[in-house]
Amino acid sequence: MSVALDLVITGLILLGAAFVLIGSWGLVRLTSTMERLHGPTKATTLGLGALLAASVVFFQAKLDVWTAHELLISLFLFITAPISANMIAKVHLHRLRTGANAEQDSIAGSPPPPDAEGDWATFEAPKPGNPAATANT
Amino acid sequence: MIAVSLHVAFGCVALALLLRIIALDTMVINAIALIVLIGMIGGNDTYFEAALLLAMVGFVSTIAYCKFILRGDIVE
Repeated sequence: MSVALDLVITGLILLGAAFVLIGSWGLVRLTSTMERLHGPTKATTLGLGALLAASVVFFQAKLDVWTAHELLISLFLFITAPISANMIAKVHLHRLRTGANAEQDSIAGSPPPPDAEGDWATFEAPKPGNPAATANT
Repeated sequence: MIAVSLHVAFGCVALALLLRIIALDTMVINAIALIVLIGMIGGNDTYFEAALLLAMVGFVSTIAYCKFILRGDIVE
């Protein structure tokens, strides 16, 4: 195996490990939920992406086998990471907090109950008659 | 060089495995990273099926947990 290939694999492994560590440390360090969302998303896309790319090159060079599983995993993670982050942010906006930092109302109000009329979207289109409905017309 | 970097990466991810939904999500991500690294250290490419399955189950569990908190119901 050539030295250049070794350098590429080593660089990708260390880059991925550093990003996973930074993402998890950010989860510990940052204070609010919206800030905490930044850490794991970077760990997913950059950290795991670099680790999986390193493993593709590693197995190609070392064992001479071509594995597509890593590409499948990274594709799947790249699709699902924004969805999870969106869902977590939605829960954060709608949730009623109790306990030490009790809040009377959640930021976006409570979501519609399961059987009621209402959209899944956190911020629905403005109702007619609301000043926001005529803002762009 | 690769062996040393693999063990450094293993240490980083294992250190990071130390809150709720985001913590669950991050824990799954770190577990996937650990499985990938173990597969590379052992030189065995059958670990990736496990990583792929864990990625799917982790995503579904995060979404189910979010939906349960948001709606009080998972399958409406």
